[in-house]
Amino acid sequence: MQNITGTLPIIPIQHYVLFCTLMFVIGVAGVLIKRNALVIFMSIEIMLNSINLLLVAFSVYHNDPAGQIFVFFVMIVAAAEVAVGLALVVMVYRHTHSIDIDFLNKLKW
Amino acid sequence: MMNLFWVIPLFPLLGFLISAINFRHFPVRTNGWIASSMVFISFILSLFVFFDLAGGASAQTIILFDWIKTGTLNLPVELLIDTLSSVMLLIITGVGLLIHIYSIGYMRDDDGYRRYFSCMNLFIFFMLILVMGGSYLVMFIGWEGVGLCSYLLIGFWNRKHENNDAARKAFIMNRIGDLGFLLGMFLIYYTFGSLSFNVIFSKAALMLPGTAVLTIITLLLFVGATGKSAQIPLLTWLPDAMAGPTPVSALIHAATMVTAGVYMVARSNILYSLSPLSMSVVAIVGVLTALLAAVIALFQNDIKKVLAYSTISQLGLMFLGLGVGAFAGSMFHLMTHAFFKALLFLAAGNIIHSLSGEQDIRYMGGLQKRLPWTFLIFFTGALSISGIPPFSGFFSKDEILAAVFSKSPVLWGLGIIVSVMTASYIFRLFWLTFKGTLRGTKMNTDSIHESPMVMLIPLLVFGVLSAFGALPLFIQGIDRNSLTTFLNPVFKNSNEILQNISPVSSNTKYFLMAVTLSLIVLSIFVTYTIFVKNKHTPAEENILRKGFIKLAYNKFYLDELYDTIIVKPVNQLSGFFRDTVDLKIFDKIVESTGRLVMYSGSKIRLLQTGNVGFYLFAMVISIILVLFFNLIK
Amino acid sequence: MITKYLFYFFSIVAIFASVMVLMSRKPIHRVLYLTLAFLALAGHFILLNAQFIAIVNVIVYAGAIMVLFLFTVMLLNLNVAMEHKKSNLIQITAIITAGLLFLTITGASKKLDLVYNEEQVVTQIGLVKNLGKILFSDFRLPFEVSGILFLSAMVGAVMLGKKTGD
Repeated sequence: MQNITGTLPIIPIQHYVLFCTLMFVIGVAGVLIKRNALVIFMSIEIMLNSINLLLVAFSVYHNDPAGQIFVFFVMIVAAAEVAVGLALVVMVYRHTHSIDIDFLNKLKW
Repeated sequence: MMNLFWVIPLFPLLGFLISAINFRHFPVRTNGWIASSMVFISFILSLFVFFDLAGGASAQTIILFDWIKTGTLNLPVELLIDTLSSVMLLIITGVGLLIHIYSIGYMRDDDGYRRYFSCMNLFIFFMLILVMGGSYLVMFIGWEGVGLCSYLLIGFWNRKHENNDAARKAFIMNRIGDLGFLLGMFLIYYTFGSLSFNVIFSKAALMLPGTAVLTIITLLLFVGATGKSAQIPLLTWLPDAMAGPTPVSALIHAATMVTAGVYMVARSNILYSLSPLSMSVVAIVGVLTALLAAVIALFQNDIKKVLAYSTISQLGLMFLGLGVGAFAGSMFHLMTHAFFKALLFLAAGNIIHSLSGEQDIRYMGGLQKRLPWTFLIFFTGALSISGIPPFSGFFSKDEILAAVFSKSPVLWGLGIIVSVMTASYIFRLFWLTFKGTLRGTKMNTDSIHESPMVMLIPLLVFGVLSAFGALPLFIQGIDRNSLTTFLNPVFKNSNEILQNISPVSSNTKYFLMAVTLSLIVLSIFVTYTIFVKNKHTPAEENILRKGFIKLAYNKFYLDELYDTIIVKPVNQLSGFFRDTVDLKIFDKIVESTGRLVMYSGSKIRLLQTGNVGFYLFAMVISIILVLFFNLIK
Repeated sequence: MITKYLFYFFSIVAIFASVMVLMSRKPIHRVLYLTLAFLALAGHFILLNAQFIAIVNVIVYAGAIMVLFLFTVMLLNLNVAMEHKKSNLIQITAIITAGLLFLTITGASKKLDLVYNEEQVVTQIGLVKNLGKILFSDFRLPFEVSGILFLSAMVGAVMLGKKTGD
């Protein structure tokens, strides 16, 4: 499977930037709007993925493999983070029987 | 020996350390012997140095180490040995040794025995540094150090409030003088670029007489000398300093520390000879102080106070000598004064010791039989200070007076008056203490005893020195004082500048001597008549005194004058600063800083809502702001 | 030509799926929409000839992570929709903030001069073979360290998941 595509995509890089920014912003909006901890996690995943795409796009356009390696490591970290984060959410649920983040305010002054 | 002269101060320093560290299981008595032996070693070494110099060795300077070295400022620690400092070395270590030995007996029953000897050794160390200093800086170190030791020793019996006050007064008045000294040093550095004696004196020799900057420098240095040597206007600390133990008064306030001012002026003789104005100031201040102190001494009733005012008066005479250019003569008088004043103080110490602490001469009398040795020695000292030949005081005083006469007969006349009064007050003291019948009311007359040997032997040595100490100096003839010849290298530049020809012919000199002597002998007989024949005793405390006598008895109200002019306004000023400036302004500033921090903390604390959503929000907002500011930059 | 259309297609799918993640009611639907978004992104990766990343994306994200999410949703029995929403004010503020962020980033990117030659050789760096070579030569250390990272994450997750008192 050497070449799936014939030539470099004729898509200008600004399109990628725009698209990724849009996805990122959707993720940010999700983080800010929602009260459900799981949804917040999912929005974070959206953000991470948009960044992955942008990194790969730049790596391809600069012909530098370092970008894709970086994406690889980002995925690793994202996976680890999800594992631990979900374990935390489960634990919190066990204690408070709710995953509403507005109830998690014991750290106040 | 000349190359190693810098070890001389180290022995008293070692003695100080040994006494100060207070080793366990160290018998207290040994402190006295250790301290005395340290001074003894320094004395032997000073003798070696003296013989080296007398044999023709030349003056030596040693730079011990670089102390301050920043940029162009280079102040090393220098030591200098020449004939002037070797004379002072002998005086300090010799007199110091004898007084240490005396103190072993005097302070035997005191609780602070160890502390006493550590302070005394420290004092000897600093005094040696002072006279061995090769630059004004090192001299100043010694200067300050002896002021400190004086404070420690005056306030030695520190449970009594008055002693602490006296010590503080001495220290503060010294400090005021030191301010003048410091300003003089700054000006010296500014003018000459160095504080080292060799540099300054060689440069100054090329200057013209009457240079303004030299006049200011010498006047400032003289202010320091008035503080240290208790001249007008900084003289009131010395009588109060009698609150310390008597050997302290003998050593510090008679023989050594107070002579530091004289030594300093003698050392800077080049600078002074080039400023005729300062010389006149020195002479006039000296003679006025001598007069004032002699008048006051005539009416005092405490043995030590009489001797204290006598010291001030004699120092005034020394400054008079310096002021007319008789540098060697003043140093000679310094030496003889050390002998007879230490003697008088130690004898007074004997009297006080045997009378269990009584110091008022109105309660003494008739001690001739009980204290025969003290009587004899005191008589010797009294004759010496009055200037009766062949005692040593006669030669030194006459040398000064002869030099004064050649400069100004008026000053000579005042000097004569001072000498007459000196004889009067000292013999008043003598007759009242030893002759007549014992007027004491409270003490057991059986317990009056002569002092132990350890206290008498130093007295005897002093007695011999006061009596015959000056005679060896005139081996080469009555007109050639060996001391002057010995000190000549130090003073020769000044002598050239001042061109002190001895204008008085021998005949005039003998005539002057005769006049002086006859007046003095007359005054001695007058006092004999008043106090022995007519058995007149000074009045009690509460008798009303009139007019001049009241003034003199109350020391011309000098202390009260200073109190009103200086102390009260300073207190008020300090009170003002504390109330308005410190409390209202500075405290408020400091306090409001703390309050500001607490206030802002209480407001920022509200950010910690614990609400995770809020935190996320804050993060996003911050990111936006960061990006935004990067954008517009 | 076709790449352009594919690009637009995948983009629209991805954005649609993301928005639906936020707006849908049921948790399971949300997870499924997220998976759709990931698959669209994988399509993007293939467009860029980043084959390795595309496959890894599908396997790790769509495969493992989404399954994890599903498990958690089922474990927490979140099938019932959560009714609570943040107050209206906060929602509006959040949307405006997100919009601001969008504007800032696009504004910033406009300042860059991103010009590329249209005529370029197809890039081969996204292939598994090439990427693997670089990964195991230049980036060996981070690779190993990430193994340790995984180990610690696993241990952490297990520790957290334990019931208290065990």
